[in-house]
Amino acid sequence: MNDITRELLKTVAGFEGVFDGAYSIREDGGCAGRKSTENVQIEGKKGAPGLVIRVKPGTPGENVYIPACVTRAGVDDLVYNDFIIGEGAKVTIIAGCGVHSDGEEQARHNGIHRFFLGKGANVRYEEKHVARGTGSGDKRIDPVTDIFLEEDAVLEIDTLQLGGVTHSDRKTRAELGARSKLIIKERILTDGNEWAATDFAVNMNGDDSKVDLISRSVARGDSVQEYHSRIAGNCPCTGHSECDAILAENGRVNAAPELYAGHMDAALIHEAAIGKIAGEQILKLRTLGLSEEEAEQCIIEGFLRG
Amino acid sequence: MLKLEGISWSPEDGAQILKHIDLEIQSGKLTVVTGPNGGGKTSLAKLIAGVHMPTGGRILLNGEDITDWDVTRRARAGIAYAFQHPVRFKGLTVRDLLNLAAGETLNKGVICDILATVGLCAREYEDRSVDARLSGGESKRIELATVLARKDAKISVFDEPEAGIDLWSFNSLIEAFGELKRTKKGGLLVISHQERILEIADRIVVVAQGVVRESGPAAFMLPKLLIGEKLAICPRGKEGTI
Repeated sequence: MNDITRELLKTVAGFEGVFDGAYSIREDGGCAGRKSTENVQIEGKKGAPGLVIRVKPGTPGENVYIPACVTRAGVDDLVYNDFIIGEGAKVTIIAGCGVHSDGEEQARHNGIHRFFLGKGANVRYEEKHVARGTGSGDKRIDPVTDIFLEEDAVLEIDTLQLGGVTHSDRKTRAELGARSKLIIKERILTDGNEWAATDFAVNMNGDDSKVDLISRSVARGDSVQEYHSRIAGNCPCTGHSECDAILAENGRVNAAPELYAGHMDAALIHEAAIGKIAGEQILKLRTLGLSEEEAEQCIIEGFLRG
Repeated sequence: MLKLEGISWSPEDGAQILKHIDLEIQSGKLTVVTGPNGGGKTSLAKLIAGVHMPTGGRILLNGEDITDWDVTRRARAGIAYAFQHPVRFKGLTVRDLLNLAAGETLNKGVICDILATVGLCAREYEDRSVDARLSGGESKRIELATVLARKDAKISVFDEPEAGIDLWSFNSLIEAFGELKRTKKGGLLVISHQERILEIADRIVVVAQGVVRESGPAAFMLPKLLIGEKLAICPRGKEGTI
């Protein structure tokens, strides 16, 4: 792998020269390294770019790394990854994406992921997105995620989009089986003229299924964010979505949550709050010795981390 | 020592709230400001912290004129301020705030000591977000802890620290003020109506209708306040009820 990939991997996947589990490193549309383990098999997808990651039933707890990096302008990387998680398996998947461009052409990574979780499987999926480089061309990351949870499966997704991604269009669809649970926590920071959109659509068709969508975003500069979520409860189930956004400078956020209750026992809640940083928050931190700028940065970092 | 000379303040579009206040807060001493609600006590505290800027008079910290200094500069110079109404932060934890207050990363033992002083258990609270899920009393205690965590504070200002505090924690708070008096070189200014806080004061200042109506040693002032004045002093045995 090249030095840019190595640097991006540090940021998006905590790479320090070695991964402690199965991995596949994607660099500019090609494979820069791959390893399977006894419980986690990673192989190329037939007929399309991408991977099939199979986790054996009952796997007691392993890490799987599938980061992707685009290191130059003019690369338009499209990848289809399928995660097939066996019954009762427990894994953590670290899947960061970094884009670096010093050119005028667009650099883009578009990951289309499908998750198939067997009964009782438990997966934590971590995804960091970051873009760097001096290029004026767009640095785009447009992930599409399709999720299918069987009975009692649990999927926890934690995504973080750091600075520099000029355009991001994130689409997530999920179908939840009985007693399954989906938790999605996304945190997005945009600045300058960046644009980021999030679109969640979750269908709860299995009794006692549960979804929790938590979005925290900060829009600075002249950036714009769009948030749309649709939670459909078609059975006795519980759904909660929470969209909190901080605006700074000329940042704009459009939040459009939608709840659909198709059953008497579907309990659905949405919470949303959009606004600038409260003046008293800045003031409190200034009484601790921080400057106004330091206070604002501290509040934003805490907000995105929490 | 902090010295206020002829301090006046009025908001941009309002009547004069404070009129020619003269006040000294001596190092190693506890000064309690009391008086009726709406009399200007909180405005006074905010003027000291730099939240409000005076419209007249000057403020001296150890002889240096800090009248025009903003909040940050005053904080860095050693003025610590516990808000009457604590501020909530989504995402920042109790540990984050205490570290910011101390200006360094505190170890678990120190955090535990500070939180114990305000009646909280570090194990339960240090990782909690300082947000709306905390009760009013919990937020208040954390607010007080951010001042206790300050290193080398020259003046610590507490605006009605008893509000929202239960009796057990109130007792602990009284001990904390006693300890601060004994161990810290800085001065303490507490705004309070509580008899038990007035009792441990070195000096009591009565502020009403924007002026210092009376001030003097606690031994002299307290009997007068309890007998003759209608200043809503909360007597012993009624702590934690305001």
